[in-house]
Amino acid sequence: MLDEAWSLSSSVALRPEPFGALAYHFGTRRLTFLKAPGLVEVVRGLGAAPDVRDALTTAGIDTAEWPTYVAALRRLADTDMIAPRTGGSA
Amino acid sequence: MTELDVRPSTPARPATGSLVEQFEYGLDAPICLTWELTYACNLSCVHCLSSSGRRDPRELTTGQCEAVIDELQRMQVFYVNVGGGEPTVREDFWHLLDYAVAHQVGVKFSTNGIRLTPDRAAVLARTDYVDVQVSLDGATAEVNDHVRGAGSYATAIRALDNLAEAGFEDAKVSVVVTRHNVGQLDAFKRIADDHGATLRLTRLRPSGRGADVWDELHPTAAQQRELYDWLVGAGENVLTGDPFFHLAGYGESPMPGLNLCGAGRVVCLIDPIGDVYACPFAIHDTFLAGNLLRDGGFGQVWRTSELFADLRSPQTSGACTRCQFFDSCRGGCMAAKFFTGLPLDGPDPECVRGFGETALAADDRAATIASRRPADDHSHRTAPAVRRPVPVQIGTRPGPSAPPVSACSESPLAGFTRD
Ligand code: SF4
Ligand code: SF4
Repeated sequence: MLDEAWSLSSSVALRPEPFGALAYHFGTRRLTFLKAPGLVEVVRGLGAAPDVRDALTTAGIDTAEWPTYVAALRRLADTDMIAPRTGGSA
Repeated sequence: MTELDVRPSTPARPATGSLVEQFEYGLDAPICLTWELTYACNLSCVHCLSSSGRRDPRELTTGQCEAVIDELQRMQVFYVNVGGGEPTVREDFWHLLDYAVAHQVGVKFSTNGIRLTPDRAAVLARTDYVDVQVSLDGATAEVNDHVRGAGSYATAIRALDNLAEAGFEDAKVSVVVTRHNVGQLDAFKRIADDHGATLRLTRLRPSGRGADVWDELHPTAAQQRELYDWLVGAGENVLTGDPFFHLAGYGESPMPGLNLCGAGRVVCLIDPIGDVYACPFAIHDTFLAGNLLRDGGFGQVWRTSELFADLRSPQTSGACTRCQFFDSCRGGCMAAKFFTGLPLDGPDPECVRGFGETALAADDRAATIASRRPADDHSHRTAPAVRRPVPVQIGTRPGPSAPPVSACSESPLAGFTRD
């Protein structure tokens, strides 16, 4: 995943909350809570970053924590909260 | 508001902590907002939680409703549960529905079906982000109309027919489980299946006119067992919670529900005249946070109401503090305690450990219950006005072999434990 380009799904909106953010998917009506402010920053930065690695670096995430973050991103991908960018940069 | 003054002054939100702990301190906007558009209703259901019937002359105008939707969009309230009264009797209902959807506020509305004509059904079938729940409290006209009024069964079935013919996908048939209809579950399921709809079973609460009939209508302990067995057999095809959105917490196992009273924290009600209450099941001055017309808008009320500030602190819990289930129950439902005359810092009337039963039996609650009658009752004056204290009687419960389900659960099995 680290070398892939991802972004927030087009039907998902992020709402800032004191503990991080709440992500709402208008299609599946699923509500997910992003409890770590770092994760919120990574997710927000995905669309503008060439790949996940870059998004993690830009958000200042310690490399030791990357596996945790990638696992979290995968879970968000499973529910279509984030989606791979296909056909070049978005 | 004296009942709420048992809470300590609001402590600061911890920087970390579980989602439930974070929820205790409230969110920047509600995630479970109910908006009752009118108190007017063509029916007079005996268990109406908002004591609806007559239109309130102070009802919000179309322009005022649009302004509320604009604000919900700004606050990123992604969807709203619309009800009433019967929301579709408002002339501008379909306009407001379109307006909300166009402003990224999805709508789930509950209706008795009175205005769901074939034409309307066709329009709804083409609209995204709209969920329709048709209320039906009996699988036969006899059982349904006894609670919801003459002709209401035929109206609901006609609405479901129209939705199905228009190709509206996955409407909900919403059933409040009562002592009278618990034996009709298979028939309800057939009605839903025949209409390409999903059956949704919910819980009877002692709110509004529901307080008057709760004792006669809430399922007995034996019926809860029947319901439990039926649900186990029915599998995942029957909804017992909120079908509109699913909660998932990052960093912890999926949450079975809120596991705390969400009132004023994540749950809220806007009533037809713009009054903002902590919870749709708590229409009473004690839980009135303000009015969005008088107090600078919904967001202002949500953020600055003293009542909400008070509610957004860890629940104090009296007898519950030492309970092994406190983490998952947190003392249960504030509204249920309030309308059954129990102290708000004690156990729920349906406490799985039986403490509620003890409290209900020990106290002379009649005076408390009388003082907790809603001031505003919009019931039709011709409706059978049963006005007596809630004669709560709760069947003996099996021992607490399992923690209670979420306090906010709409599940008709909330509080039920299989031994
Ligand atoms: S189970 Fe009963 S005693 Fe325990 S927290 Fe819930 S209401 Fe209180
Ligand atoms: S626990 Fe009861 S009072 Fe609290 S939000 Fe849920 S339904 Fe409302």
